[in-house]
Amino acid sequence: MKGLHRYIEKIKPNFEKGGKHERWGAVFESFETFLFVPGNTTPKKGAHIRDAMDSKRLMSVVVLAVIPAMLFGMWNVGHQYFLSIGTDAGIWQAFGHGLIRVLPIVVVSYVAGLGTEFVFVHIKRKEIEEGFLVSGILIPLIIPVDTPLWMVAVATIFAVIIGKEVFGGTGMNIANPALLARAFLFFAYPSKMSGDKVWISRLTEGNGIIDGFSGATPLGQAVENGANIVDGAGHSLSTFDYFMGWIPGSIGETSTLMILLGAIILLFTGVASWKIMLSAFAGGAVMGLLLNTFATDTNPVMAIPFYDHLLLGGFAFGMVFMATDPVTAAQTTKGKWIYGFLTGFIAILVRVLNPAYPEGVMMAILLMNVMAPLIDHYVVRGNVKKRLKRIKVAGK
Amino acid sequence: MSKVIKIKKGLDIKLVGSAEKEVTKLPLSKYFAVKPTDFPGITPKVVSKSGVDVKAGTTLFYDKYNPDVVFTSPVSGKLFAVNRGERRRILEFVIETNDKNEYETFRQAKPKDLNREEIKDNILKSGCWPFIKQRPFAVIADTNEVPRDIFITSFDSAPLAANLDFVVKDNFSEFQTGVNALKKLTDGKVYLGIKAGELSTPYTNTANVEKYEFSGPHPAGNVGVQINKIKPVNKGETVWTLSAADVIIIGRLFETGKYDARRTIALAGSEVKNPKYYNTLIGAPISDIIKDNLKTTDSDIRIISGNVLTGERVSEKNYVGFYDNVVTVIPEGNKAEFLGWGMPGFGKFSVSRAFFSWLKPKKERVIDTKLHGGERPFIVTGEMEKVFPMDIFPMQLLKAIHIKDLDLMEELGIYEIAEEDFALCEVINTSKIEIQKSIREGFEFAIKELG
Repeated sequence: MKGLHRYIEKIKPNFEKGGKHERWGAVFESFETFLFVPGNTTPKKGAHIRDAMDSKRLMSVVVLAVIPAMLFGMWNVGHQYFLSIGTDAGIWQAFGHGLIRVLPIVVVSYVAGLGTEFVFVHIKRKEIEEGFLVSGILIPLIIPVDTPLWMVAVATIFAVIIGKEVFGGTGMNIANPALLARAFLFFAYPSKMSGDKVWISRLTEGNGIIDGFSGATPLGQAVENGANIVDGAGHSLSTFDYFMGWIPGSIGETSTLMILLGAIILLFTGVASWKIMLSAFAGGAVMGLLLNTFATDTNPVMAIPFYDHLLLGGFAFGMVFMATDPVTAAQTTKGKWIYGFLTGFIAILVRVLNPAYPEGVMMAILLMNVMAPLIDHYVVRGNVKKRLKRIKVAGK
Repeated sequence: MSKVIKIKKGLDIKLVGSAEKEVTKLPLSKYFAVKPTDFPGITPKVVSKSGVDVKAGTTLFYDKYNPDVVFTSPVSGKLFAVNRGERRRILEFVIETNDKNEYETFRQAKPKDLNREEIKDNILKSGCWPFIKQRPFAVIADTNEVPRDIFITSFDSAPLAANLDFVVKDNFSEFQTGVNALKKLTDGKVYLGIKAGELSTPYTNTANVEKYEFSGPHPAGNVGVQINKIKPVNKGETVWTLSAADVIIIGRLFETGKYDARRTIALAGSEVKNPKYYNTLIGAPISDIIKDNLKTTDSDIRIISGNVLTGERVSEKNYVGFYDNVVTVIPEGNKAEFLGWGMPGFGKFSVSRAFFSWLKPKKERVIDTKLHGGERPFIVTGEMEKVFPMDIFPMQLLKAIHIKDLDLMEELGIYEIAEEDFALCEVINTSKIEIQKSIREGFEFAIKELG
């Protein structure tokens, strides 16, 4: 590695001020700091030692936490596909099919996203911010597997520009960029984002599907016909199946078990807020219970047991990986409790009572992203009031 | 019995190289220095010219905007040089010592026999006034104010900090005299923050003060944290703060009539061969303190006047800071690391558990000065709150300072803090923002705006 470092040091002057590639300096620096954590040291005055945690490490931990869900998603894509064509496939065959289907989406997401980021790095002449490392892997996991690649690219570029860079980049954005990509796709190309056909690999093409196969997700079925939720081939599904995740759905969001693994990584390393996660699940459970209590025949989704709500659709994925995004969530401790609870609460509310679309997680998180600063504002005001009160007491 | 206050939030960073309780008396160094840069907010006006003979306690310079506040020489000798930096800013007044050991004479009297003005006058003339800092803004106390209360902290909880119990052991009567003098300067109380659980500490016998014990991790020893827990500073109020080691020097002034700037300074850190204490004077040269006691002579070390959280990088040619009683030497972290952000990191210091160093949380570490990454906007939330025990929103206050919103700064508690209170926030901040520098800029902005 010393040789590589020497080489980088050798070509570095070209990219510094006055060098012949000066205008590529920021891009060069981005690559350089990716390869080598630079030997820059703490300033002359102030804290001389620093925590080894930096944003590159932070983002890599999140990416690591998402990987179980992604690997499972790849297998499940294949599993659902072979189910649809009536073939009995082994684990590796299923995984292989999923890999071929999912990998291009991941690659397109990263290439489109990082490409856009580099354009901004170049324009703004500053080091790249690592936020997209996470968004880049979240976007493929929250969309249907049959989403055309060009749509993935367009949505990703939209998310980076409108979701982040117009606000000033990583750390400045208001809404979660990955969810914005999802929302963009949902509103721009609704036919590719909902219905019974999009969730299973190649179902939209319709080749070789066995008779009577349905690609409806459990939530979709519940909206249509309520009880007795079955998989595409007609076997009925149980809470255990939802937990394990061998059901149709967006690529990475079906397996609560794998998401739980990710959650453990995030919480153990201290990267994500346990307060938000816990209160989000509490909020979802409370809403689920409330709806169970008032369940009627007209809306069969209301009768889905509250614990199933936490396992179905994008709930677990959203609450673990999206709602906890520190930039767009509430920032104060008290605010985090409120934010998390309301996110979970509203997610289930929208999911059940919105007739147009059998999922509410995306809407709930985006809504609460926008509300988070308001929540924080009132929490901070509380502290300010305390200080003002102290003056009055002291003045007496 | 004093009251016990438990500090829950905070962080003890365990570093290799804490000073053994062993004191060496340094022979009188050839040069000493007083550095105007140690006193934020003052504009030095030179009194003596190079070559002039001075005694210990002779005024070297004063504050242009408050001529009562004078800064005096810690030794007798002659003013050797006035070193200047960029834009002719004065960096150091260097005194070459002689062997005469002469002192200016100030008033020698029991504080109880003097009135407030006489006490103040004696402290001011001797050059002891700069020991007294004030909140708001952590600057030298305003001579025109009568403080609401005075707070003394008797221990330092920062990593590798000097043990102040050890320093006060043989100087208890001076400490008490100093307290008695300070007591007259306020209509309120003098509070003394003591480390909880140390019954043997001489401070428990101090009279004329209200004692509070503090337990828990750093920053429990920070006077700002103690004030926040005992009786926070409100808008319009002023409190004064001192460190116990400095109270002793004020006490000596009243007992002997001399500005006797003796100070015990710890030499600590992983790059020190034999970390221990030295008896010397304020403004001692770094070279004499580190002499023959560093593990390496190459340049890849950092010498810090002060502790690793708040100190200032110095070179061998420099002098110990006015308020500092520790010199820390740690390795420089100036080497690039291949894919360093992706390595397991068994030996890396982090409060997160994103590195495998969580396996050994209690281990004393050698931490170098590597910044670990580049500066970013605020990304992570809630991290500062874990190490910041005051009833203040640290990140929100910092943002208010960044956008220069004075009303917001005021509402969020800028009057209660000092840079040192934010030192841990700076250490653990994922975005590598220079927080303490921002805090001082916030103070400067507020002082300018409030006139």
